[in-house]
Amino acid sequence: MSEVLASLLDGLFVGCIYGLAAMGLSLIWGVMNVINLSHGAMIALGMFGVYLLYSHLAINAYILLLPVMAGGFLVGLAIYWIAVHGVVNRPQLMSLLSTFAVNMIVIGIGTTLWSTSPYNVNFELSGITIGPYTFTGNHIAAAIAAVILAASLQLFLYSARFGKAIRAVADNRDGAELMGISSAWVLMVAFGLGISLAAASGALVAMLFPFTILSGGIYELKSFVVTVLAGLGKPIGALLAGILLGLLEGAVTPFVAVSWVPLIEFALFVFVLVFFPRGIFERML
Amino acid sequence: MWKRPIFWLILAVSALFALLPLWGDNATLRETLILVAVAMILAANLNMMIGYTGYVNFGNVVAYGLGGYIGIYLTTVRGWNLMAAALAAGMAVSLFTLLFGLAILRLRGAYFALATIGVLEAVRAFVSNFPPWGKAAGLYVPFTAYAPLGGAMRAVWLTYFLVVAIFGLSLLVSLLIKNSRFGLALFAIREDEDAAIALGVNAPLYKARIYAISAFLPAVAGALVFFKNGMIDPAGAFDLTISIEAIVMLMLGGQGTVAGAALGAALYELLRNYLLTSPSLSSFHLVIAGALLLIIVLFSPDGIIGWIYRLAPFSRRILE
Repeated sequence: MSEVLASLLDGLFVGCIYGLAAMGLSLIWGVMNVINLSHGAMIALGMFGVYLLYSHLAINAYILLLPVMAGGFLVGLAIYWIAVHGVVNRPQLMSLLSTFAVNMIVIGIGTTLWSTSPYNVNFELSGITIGPYTFTGNHIAAAIAAVILAASLQLFLYSARFGKAIRAVADNRDGAELMGISSAWVLMVAFGLGISLAAASGALVAMLFPFTILSGGIYELKSFVVTVLAGLGKPIGALLAGILLGLLEGAVTPFVAVSWVPLIEFALFVFVLVFFPRGIFERML
Repeated sequence: MWKRPIFWLILAVSALFALLPLWGDNATLRETLILVAVAMILAANLNMMIGYTGYVNFGNVVAYGLGGYIGIYLTTVRGWNLMAAALAAGMAVSLFTLLFGLAILRLRGAYFALATIGVLEAVRAFVSNFPPWGKAAGLYVPFTAYAPLGGAMRAVWLTYFLVVAIFGLSLLVSLLIKNSRFGLALFAIREDEDAAIALGVNAPLYKARIYAISAFLPAVAGALVFFKNGMIDPAGAFDLTISIEAIVMLMLGGQGTVAGAALGAALYELLRNYLLTSPSLSSFHLVIAGALLLIIVLFSPDGIIGWIYRLAPFSRRILE
């Protein structure tokens, strides 16, 4: 019993990171109807960002989250102008392909620079021990950071003037233009924010597990599952769905081999897509 | 159909593929051409989904990989004849996609595209855990399995000719569908699905049918190619990269056209071969493929064929 509880608690912590990773994808998808297939590569860039900064500066790795997010924002702006701006109004196939092209370029360069061997960030916060189980400080800190970021995004979207403009553009771009909102500017900032969140989730993962340039792919796929569970454009919904997915993994792992987990997740993914295409929180949030 | 030049062009190219490596018993050329032929099979069948119907299938490699698994399982474990096994693989995969398509093709646009990524990952996870198919280690073809075909050497040549035949067949099927009533219904769905439904096109059924048809020949090809290679494992059989490369090929050549799919596949595969074997560029092949895709999407969405049509308008009469 306590084994299941410990596994669930672990799932809760990791689930917060899934939620954070999905928020970036969900924001971009909701605002400009672009499914960002370079999401995984951006998560991986966040991992390597924190790795490189930490190995040069050797300060508290959680402070490094801020420069990584700022860097992610700038990378996001650049990608928006190069690859996304020209296809926003074209059929969705085009934006799927152009963001995937970015993914291939980033992964290709990353593989040349860092090969595909694993790296890790040697930064440990002291953990908490409950009975026979120890929860590392990094897990707890990552969950707290993810919740703080989700709350600030929610606050930004619903209270700040620019956040409201983002939601207006997501609802109706033409209407927002008529109200004097420059939608090109809003789309660019929203894309930058989405990538910045992806980079942040990558940085948090990098402090928990060893990673390679390809590791982002797993979190990209989980982000799809979470986004579909949560519906689009709701940061708190994404966080909750991420936690739900984490708890599901936590509940399942004591009983089945870990290699079955992806099958369960994707069966759930296809099931939710077919039967609840607007997400499971449609009526609640 | 036989009055069209493209019909004879397809037959001529297939014959050329079959004969070229025979000249001087050129095994290197044969291995290059079989890769090109497989790329063309995948791109031509994907074209029916993306180019004709307007639905992106990121899981197109699932048919190829599943076909390979069923083919190897039937020939080595059950002792079936290779041709029977390949046909059975094609039919089983087609039936599976038809039933599955009826469920997931109610989704539209990007949601369908995401679901196909889900299907790919789910199938890979399932096969990686499926004991009769060797779990993550995969299946091997023992050397004795080639004996009924007259030894490994003869078997390799036989599979080569069969793969070339399937490549010709893929192009002919694409051509046939493009010029049929069924094809017109697919184009209508691509242009405006709601309008098509209003005009009496049973969109979910048509989509599921083309989904199943586009899975048949890749599955047969998979059974043959993986049998020839002698082994199959989940990571190699269900690789998202192969699916994506098929999409790149299609975009490069020109989606929606039979000649474009074939041309794009051949060019991309040769380019990739060159990049992978060139010592200074091998690690850059993803970067170059990505940059190529980005440039096509941004500046020339109708691909090389579109460019040829604009440059020499009479070529449209030959290639359509």
